[in-house]
Amino acid sequence: MKPSPKPAGISRRQLLTGAAAVAAAAPLGGCDSLADNEHIGDAVQRIEQTLSMRVQRLLIGRGALAREFEIKDLSPQFKVNGTDKPGGDDYQRLLDTGFSNWRLVVDGKVRNPLSLSIADLKSLPPRTQITRHDCVEGWSAIGQWTGVPLSRVIDLAGPTADARYVVFHCADQYEQASDGNGQYYESIDLVDAYHPQTILAYGMNGKDLTVGHGAPLRLRVERQLGYKHAKYVMRVEVVDSFARIGRGHGGFWPDRGYEWYAGI
Amino acid sequence: MSESTFASFTPVLVRRHSIVVRVTHWLNVVCLTFLLMTGLQIFNAHPRLYVGSYGADADRPILEIGTRGGDDDLHGYLRVGGLTIPTTGMLGVSKRNGETVERGFPSWITFPGYTDLATGRRWHFFFAWFLLFNGLAYLGYGIFAGHFRRDLVLETDQLGLAHLRQQIADHARLHFPKGEEARRYNALQKIAYLAVIFVLLPLMIVTGVTMSPGADAAFPWLAGVLGGRQTARTIHFAAAFSIVGFVLIHLIAVLASGVLNNLRSMITGRYAIVPEKSA
Repeated sequence: MKPSPKPAGISRRQLLTGAAAVAAAAPLGGCDSLADNEHIGDAVQRIEQTLSMRVQRLLIGRGALAREFEIKDLSPQFKVNGTDKPGGDDYQRLLDTGFSNWRLVVDGKVRNPLSLSIADLKSLPPRTQITRHDCVEGWSAIGQWTGVPLSRVIDLAGPTADARYVVFHCADQYEQASDGNGQYYESIDLVDAYHPQTILAYGMNGKDLTVGHGAPLRLRVERQLGYKHAKYVMRVEVVDSFARIGRGHGGFWPDRGYEWYAGI
Repeated sequence: MSESTFASFTPVLVRRHSIVVRVTHWLNVVCLTFLLMTGLQIFNAHPRLYVGSYGADADRPILEIGTRGGDDDLHGYLRVGGLTIPTTGMLGVSKRNGETVERGFPSWITFPGYTDLATGRRWHFFFAWFLLFNGLAYLGYGIFAGHFRRDLVLETDQLGLAHLRQQIADHARLHFPKGEEARRYNALQKIAYLAVIFVLLPLMIVTGVTMSPGADAAFPWLAGVLGGRQTARTIHFAAAFSIVGFVLIHLIAVLASGVLNNLRSMITGRYAIVPEKSA
């Protein structure tokens, strides 16, 4: 499978060709052979993702806020999803010492790499927001999150001119992948990184983040689906490209076929 | 009931469906088929429906497809409100390649047939875009070329209660208008088409968009109007099955009112009308 040399843009001709290919192929083979066809699958993916992301960005712009709720709207029980506790001795040691030795590393395309303790993060002006978390599976839960706006942390580190994305490296290995790429990570672009509701959260529903919800620190990127909200964040890396991270699609789930821009 | 009954009367071929109606109709068939099958794949990832803004495992669903029992004794069920219906073989537990699997909707009605949420979503959104463009082309044509006014708006004589009652009775016995009356859509047909075109399909798109956290930031009032994201998801599901219901009735009507004539009219545009003896 070679990567497509073309940029992600699509033309009307490609749209029609893709649609025609799908319509022509549908009655021929079984449904699964259609789903497994690499060329058709790639065309469907490229057309859908480009359209979905561009139209959403057009509609919400940079600043539109996700809806915020009130205390009375909170889910009685916020579902723990994905990893409920990272494995390994390293995380256990951090947990045993109350994360006092934990440091968030901020590096990559920055002038001033940082190493921040939870106390450092808590000393920055916090933001608290009650938002709805929408899982890609279809369920939703409402929770209250407290943390530092990511923009603040990035600005402290001083991104260089070629900075384009922010990558979140996590402590949890969600899958024992044969190629060693089971480590959870996610990435967003600078539009979302500088959005006022994008925070590195250390608190949930008025308490410190629990292990199930990503202690000691997780991302909240409220205009996207749940899998973008990386838990157990250990390192924030500013990059110009995520092509060489993981399998190159910008996140654990994007590496497994899910949209990188998870606005729907 | 078959066309040959009227063989002694020379059928008149009339122009029934314009090229735009025919093309958009068949594209819709492709879109809706994929949207349903990929939609059920997506639903299977969390086969429960809720009312309100939130809803997850710990919250009470209004509809649930589930599985209970052990390894060798699996039972599928559909629970709607307080009612539990055993659905083993169809919902909750079904066979795939001879193997018993725990699955919301069975393999044969989902796309792909195996469990793959990412692929299901990708194809769902692809065909959602396609449905939207196709729908806009059709709406533009309907408005500007007079298709809605000419073919779909109920005429005065079709609006009477007695007429509608007669139509319902005729449809129930699969008796459809013939002769001159067959030149236009009958009243129930028009009502059904109008409901699908102006209520169900727009509702599908609007509730689908409401589920998007991105679109929610753009149109925060949408979820409010619809009663919350999870309510929107429930309406999305209910509207989808209303469309399935429409398609089933539509197919029965197509079969019962002369399948070849109907198919020809939706492919070539020509529809045969058999003049009645007394007409």
